[in-house]
Amino acid sequence: MSFRRTPRVHGLMTRSYADDLRLFGSGKAKLGLLALVLAYLGLPFFLTSDFWLSVLDYAGIAAIGALGLNLLTGYTGQVSLGHAFFIGLGAYAAAQLGGPDALNLPLPLWLLGAAVFGVLVGALIGPFALRLRGNYLAIVTLGLIFLGEHLFRNLKEVTGGNSGTNVDTTATLGGLDFKDLALLGENFSFNQGYFWLIWGLVGLVALLVKNLVRTRPGRALQAVRDRDVAAEVVGVQLGRYKVGAFAVSSGLAALAGALLGSYQQFVSPDEFSLFLSIQYIAIIIVGGVGTVFGSIVGALVLGGLPGLIDKYSASIPGVSTGSGDSGFISVFSLNQAIFGLLIVLFLVFEPRGLAAVWLRVKAYFKAWPFSY
Amino acid sequence: MSEFLQLCFNGTALGARYALVALGFVIIYRATGVINFAQGGLLALGAYLAYALNDTAALPFALAVIGAVIASGLIGAATERVVLRKMVGQPVFAVVMVTIGMLFILEQTITSIWGFEALNLGDPWGVQIVRAGDVVLAQRDLWTIGIAGAVLAAFFAFFRFSKLGVAMRATAFDQEAALAQGISARRVFAVSWGISGALACLAGVTLAAGPAALSPGIGAVALIAFPAMIVGGLDSPVGAVLGGLIIGITQALTTGYQEDLFGWAGANFAAVMPYVVMVLILLVRPYGLFGTREVRRI
Repeated sequence: MSFRRTPRVHGLMTRSYADDLRLFGSGKAKLGLLALVLAYLGLPFFLTSDFWLSVLDYAGIAAIGALGLNLLTGYTGQVSLGHAFFIGLGAYAAAQLGGPDALNLPLPLWLLGAAVFGVLVGALIGPFALRLRGNYLAIVTLGLIFLGEHLFRNLKEVTGGNSGTNVDTTATLGGLDFKDLALLGENFSFNQGYFWLIWGLVGLVALLVKNLVRTRPGRALQAVRDRDVAAEVVGVQLGRYKVGAFAVSSGLAALAGALLGSYQQFVSPDEFSLFLSIQYIAIIIVGGVGTVFGSIVGALVLGGLPGLIDKYSASIPGVSTGSGDSGFISVFSLNQAIFGLLIVLFLVFEPRGLAAVWLRVKAYFKAWPFSY
Repeated sequence: MSEFLQLCFNGTALGARYALVALGFVIIYRATGVINFAQGGLLALGAYLAYALNDTAALPFALAVIGAVIASGLIGAATERVVLRKMVGQPVFAVVMVTIGMLFILEQTITSIWGFEALNLGDPWGVQIVRAGDVVLAQRDLWTIGIAGAVLAAFFAFFRFSKLGVAMRATAFDQEAALAQGISARRVFAVSWGISGALACLAGVTLAAGPAALSPGIGAVALIAFPAMIVGGLDSPVGAVLGGLIIGITQALTTGYQEDLFGWAGANFAAVMPYVVMVLILLVRPYGLFGTREVRRI
């Protein structure tokens, strides 16, 4: 009996490690991606509600920051509560680099400049922070939040102090002004333009992170996460990869911060508190720790949540929307409580997040209608 | 000179509160290897329970405090039983995040019950003072130092002489060996969380007493007790107490000499000073002053 190699194999079959590491698994995955790209390009044509667009824009910004945090926490296993500090750093950097009153750099340069600034600061802090492990690292990065907030409040020439600063950046790329987009004879609103800008960047960053984690450096990072001493023994340069992951993660946070500042056109130190870090942690936990896909799903679910709660607070029972209102919990409190609750519930009941739920659903339908 | 002594006294009183919170962290860490970020929530909850027992249930202050301490201890133990027990064996990251999540839930529960306004705890100390030369000693500070001293003495005696205390030390030292000796790890975990909750309540009451008043923000003190615990070393009770005093005195001195020495560092530098001290000490000693160096195996 001879084994004949069939020319066509099932899309799910992998015959080598290279197959396993493919960016796009099967034909179906490619179709799914195409659908996503079409949705990205087409959505602003149909969706004109400023509210829903702003929810999506915030979610996109959160996705970029979450991809950075997931690289550090999910793939390298280093707990960081200091993500909000780097997001603030990026926002203030954008204010300094992009505005007509400041350096007035074009869009690609101020975005890149903010990211590089984040990478540099991360690379400076990393070697000190990453001497510590686990619990000690969590608390030192918590210190980063407080020290950062202090700096943001007191470096008044740069950050505007407590009252914050305007972030008046240009957003023009090759004749397209994302703030006031005119395309195919149609005029688009600020929110529609920023949707394309932000989610385009989400796609780029996701590709970058995916490629990073499926190649040699990514395997090194995951080895560090799984057991750092063992990783060192098999030849991973511990310090280099830990600091590298910290720097890249800080850079992505700064990129998200730059977009946040540019989108809101204003930032103040109150935004970059511990709660922002907690939001990002909630995003990667709900989405799925150690997955690229999960960071984006988590951001879509949670990134827009504060906006949604704010809008629909009147219809949620027990929530007070104004000062004279009789509710037992304020919108702000409800937000914090929901994020706290989501973190606890997901970690106790579904530690691998929505990504795992999706994988289970996918696995079930892989061989459908057969059960195995 | 008298200004310096005054600041040192204030710092010691502040440090005594940090020490109570930090000790709570250390007990839980030693027994279960978990850093409890929710300690700040337990602290605020304890203080509010004391307020509720004193104000709403009209108990005398001392009884209200004792009742609140017991209730907080029970809440601490219940938290362990309901949430943290499910997390045994999970990575550090997950456990830390669960306690952070609980912190946010606790804080918001408190504000939704008692609101944001500052409340008067109803303590007998008020703003009364005792003079010793040029130094002004606030009564609530003297009581705080006294209570903290008594609690710490009782605490060390408990771990040294009582059967349960020794069992807890054994579990902290080697969980499996302790189990083999017939020590119930579950009981040890629950008792650790209970003691920690009770300590948090005491810290909360001494923080909210007198002119400071009770507001949901007092939970943030736990975030400053982190540096105290880290400076001393995560797993050292003596370190927690010393770390608390170091951080408290440094903070008081920074506040006092803000104008002369720290004008360049911006307003309210004292609030971040504990973290600066922590980072400096960790640069020299990555496991704190008295912490055990972690042995890493493959």
